Amino acid sequence: MDAHAGQPPAEHAHPTASLYAKIGLILFILTALEVGLYEITYGEHAGAFGHSIEPFFVPLLLLMSAAKFALVAMFYMHLKQDHRLFSGVFVFPLIIATIIILSMIALMAYHLAFSRGG
Amino acid sequence: MSDAHAAHLETSTGLDNRKLAIWTFIGSECLFFATLISNYLVHKETWFSGPGPFAHEVWKSPTGQVFEPIIEIPLVTLGTALLLFSSLFIVLALSGAQQGHRKTLLGWLGATIMCGLFFVGMQAYEFTHFVHKGLTLKTNLFGASFFTLTGFHGTHVTIGVIWLITMWIDAYRGRVPPAKALNLEIAALYWHFVDVVWVVIFPVVYLIK
Repeated sequence: MDAHAGQPPAEHAHPTASLYAKIGLILFILTALEVGLYEITYGEHAGAFGHSIEPFFVPLLLLMSAAKFALVAMFYMHLKQDHRLFSGVFVFPLIIATIIILSMIALMAYHLAFSRGG
Repeated sequence: MSDAHAAHLETSTGLDNRKLAIWTFIGSECLFFATLISNYLVHKETWFSGPGPFAHEVWKSPTGQVFEPIIEIPLVTLGTALLLFSSLFIVLALSGAQQGHRKTLLGWLGATIMCGLFFVGMQAYEFTHFVHKGLTLKTNLFGASFFTLTGFHGTHVTIGVIWLITMWIDAYRGRVPPAKALNLEIAALYWHFVDVVWVVIFPVVYLIK
């Protein structure tokens, strides 16, 4: 970090209104796809196709959720243009947060399997 | 460590302290919500009575009680969409503030506040609906973890709405010139964070079984 001391911050111009609108449209489409996927798989009129895609439901949903998260963070929160220190301050705790969630899921899955097995 | 006492207004990074502070706060909030989401994921399946996290199925408890589905996906989807749109509106408001366009700033910031108010109203309705259906904080572990997670998020949204209303009043009085657009940018970063947290909560709580 000392190498950068005294240098001006590496911040750039924020995106244009049209890019913001395009990102907004993508976010809206992704949300519609999430709900659509849920309705096809588990909704009142879910059919054979819904059952066939059930194993992919959670991974697809998490993928779309992650894409929405990344789009908001990169473009609306300007992490793509702003100084990398901001990204570091945000992403490092985010990685720890993800590890916490995954660890708890693994722990509980193991606990349930163990209590059912033993 | 030699820089510890050197930084007053100037910082070693050349970045504004307030912006770094809000990012640090947001980083800590990631950990806060991670614990609440973990808590929900662990407890949502470990209950034996009362209404459960169902949108379509009727659930029968081991004691023979029948519980109707309580989750209303269409309403929550609308709230989610409006929260996402509010993120778009606030960046447009920020763009207006940075360019000195007061009407643009007031218009988009007002739209953001309206979306936030709708979301808070939606959540108040949902909580009331759940209580009428028999799900409270004390009913079962699903209820406890659900109300804790979504309640804390709703509190964050409410704080955000109050913050944005104060920003709108400041802007109306002409106190948010381009030189002070950073004040709005900091509020916007908080608002976006509240939005991205919901981006995670929405599928985890309402869609994933």
